[in-house]
Amino acid sequence: MIEINVTYYAMLREQRGCSNERVQTEAKEAGALYDELAARHGLSLPQSKLKAARNNEFVAWSTPIQQGDRIEFIPPVAGG
Amino acid sequence: MFALTDRPIEEHPLRQGGMHNNGGALVLFEGHVRPMNKGREVSHMEYEGAEALAANEFARIERECLDRYDVLEIQCVHRTGTLHVGDMAVWIAVLAAHRAPAFDACRYIIDELKQRLPLWKKEFYSNGTSEWLNTP
Repeated sequence: MIEINVTYYAMLREQRGCSNERVQTEAKEAGALYDELAARHGLSLPQSKLKAARNNEFVAWSTPIQQGDRIEFIPPVAGG
Repeated sequence: MFALTDRPIEEHPLRQGGMHNNGGALVLFEGHVRPMNKGREVSHMEYEGAEALAANEFARIERECLDRYDVLEIQCVHRTGTLHVGDMAVWIAVLAAHRAPAFDACRYIIDELKQRLPLWKKEFYSNGTSEWLNTP
């Protein structure tokens, strides 16, 4: 198991009920981590509509995750 | 330069602080909260951003812009928090020697910002409903 710092934004934050949490997981990639958390907490946005960030950079869902990483799940953006 | 702020954007210090010797053209863009969206009356908006990720991604956009257009300096400030109709949500300044690249670069910055930066807005309507924009 590894511990990951997860941050949610916007609609995901509302669905999860918090902005940040520390998660213990056996997931090895960002995508698997999202699947696990989405199933556990009923997050409705599919992975295909989201992006992932690891340690403040956008990454592919297949990117491996490591102990202590900061992972952010990014809903469809709407800035400006 | 890029910054997120939860306070009203003060543009005058920014405009004065960034002038280079050869800057002959300064193009500014301001994005403001509109009173209506898709036929609904807006009461206010909530903006949110992933600050460090946004800064890193903006740095990438800025480098692309400096490579494509002959400009001297780019500045951008984006709001977070609660905004009311008329409030400024985003401010972009592009300084160049000449106006053509300044206009083109400014357009590039706002277009890319809207597509790529991790920022979100929730619109609240006077009928009591609300919606995260761009949610599928």
